[in-house]
Amino acid sequence: MNFPEDLKYTREHEWARMKGTKVVVGITDFAQDSLGDVVYVELPAVGDEVKRGESFGVVESTKAVSELFAPVSGKVVEVNDPLVEAPETVNEDPYEEGWMIAIEPSDPKELADLLDVKAYTAFVDEQE
Amino acid sequence: MAQRTPLYDAHVRAGARIVEFAGWDMPVQYAGILEEHAAVRTAVGLFDVSHMGEVVFRGPRALAALQAVFTNDLSTVADGQAQYGCLCREDGGIVDDVVVYRRAADDLLVCVNAGNRQKDYEWLAAHAGGADVKNESDDWAQLALQGPKAAALLQHCCDVNLSAVKTYRFAPGKVLGQDCLVARTGYTGEDGFELFCRPADATALWDGLLEQGAAEGIRPAGLGCRDSLRLEMAYRLYGSDMDDATTPLEAGLAWVVKLDKGEFIGRDALRRQKEAGLSRKLVGFQLTGAGIARHGYPVVQDGRTIGVVTSGTKSPSLGTSIGLAYVPPALAAEGSTFAVDIRGRPVAAKVVKTPFYTRQAR
Repeated sequence: MNFPEDLKYTREHEWARMKGTKVVVGITDFAQDSLGDVVYVELPAVGDEVKRGESFGVVESTKAVSELFAPVSGKVVEVNDPLVEAPETVNEDPYEEGWMIAIEPSDPKELADLLDVKAYTAFVDEQE
Repeated sequence: MAQRTPLYDAHVRAGARIVEFAGWDMPVQYAGILEEHAAVRTAVGLFDVSHMGEVVFRGPRALAALQAVFTNDLSTVADGQAQYGCLCREDGGIVDDVVVYRRAADDLLVCVNAGNRQKDYEWLAAHAGGADVKNESDDWAQLALQGPKAAALLQHCCDVNLSAVKTYRFAPGKVLGQDCLVARTGYTGEDGFELFCRPADATALWDGLLEQGAAEGIRPAGLGCRDSLRLEMAYRLYGSDMDDATTPLEAGLAWVVKLDKGEFIGRDALRRQKEAGLSRKLVGFQLTGAGIARHGYPVVQDGRTIGVVTSGTKSPSLGTSIGLAYVPPALAAEGSTFAVDIRGRPVAAKVVKTPFYTRQAR
């Protein structure tokens, strides 16, 4: 399993990357591996408000539906639209091409509550 | 704890992801559902279906007794031939959908769904009709070798002349030295075989077939693609598309209900239902809007719930979002439209012809 050191993580297996004032969000290697082949992604629209810990979309594999949870609250400022046509990108490159949305956080302090790579790795080990 | 088939260790060795299904620890996938699905459609896949149960009717009353609990007509099949049909309750509800292998008029093997092993045995034993009814589920393992290259591969490994074993026929023989019933049956829509063998021989057979099929691109295939393959064919899955509270007529299985063959359990109820007309029908649909329909999602029209999705997936072969749903008969005709409620959002769907997938001409 690959969990990049420079990212923050949630217990719902999303990752968050600070990029300027934005927070880019996707699902982790663990999440994509557990799901299996991703065949459908449903994402919010630019301008939508998301709330920390609440669902902002879904990823679906051949067998199952899995909700996506926002790591921070804020406004959606970018959406990775090509995923809709190429959902397999989530499996192939979860941390780069497979990103899902970028959020302009309304409360940057929330970032401090996310897990660092060490805490997330320990959390995943517990799950397995 | 969930039960394990004789091949459990082989699955773990092959890197399978194990999930519990119908009380069994089964491989849902090895490399991935899409890759395994494609292997079965274009080459050959090998499934462990040892979780399926086997109940055997023997003795001079065997055929008559089974006829009295089975909706299809076993008098029309020859020895060495198999037939699909349902076991029904008095009220027409489906106890199970099964395949009967007629070895002889006094020796018939009923292959039942994994989750119904005990229920079916108890039902059949309670309606034994003078036959000797035995639950042999633990005495058999089953491998399914499915795909366009299955026949050539298996012919290379067995002493049965497979050109003489047509679809829904079977014959005893040796496969890689192991005694098997070699049946040209399956649940994928491709040409293929189901091999009934002794549990002790299953691993040798499994390993040997994977080795012999390597050049053909054989893949071990899990329950994940078994489900997507069967749904592309609109094959019903007991427990998802039908249960004790649905009848074969509602489930679109009228073609295996022979009301005129003589008496059988459920016949009168089914005849009454046929005369009175159905209140719902299982149909195949395709989503014309974006999304994937799943088991349990409501079918809606004008804001009212009028039915329910029983199976749904994104078809790996077709790329479209397909499913089965119970709808009022007025909406069952091809081309009818309704919506599926996907997480609160109505997504347009239309009734299409099934099977969704047609086997490629070769």
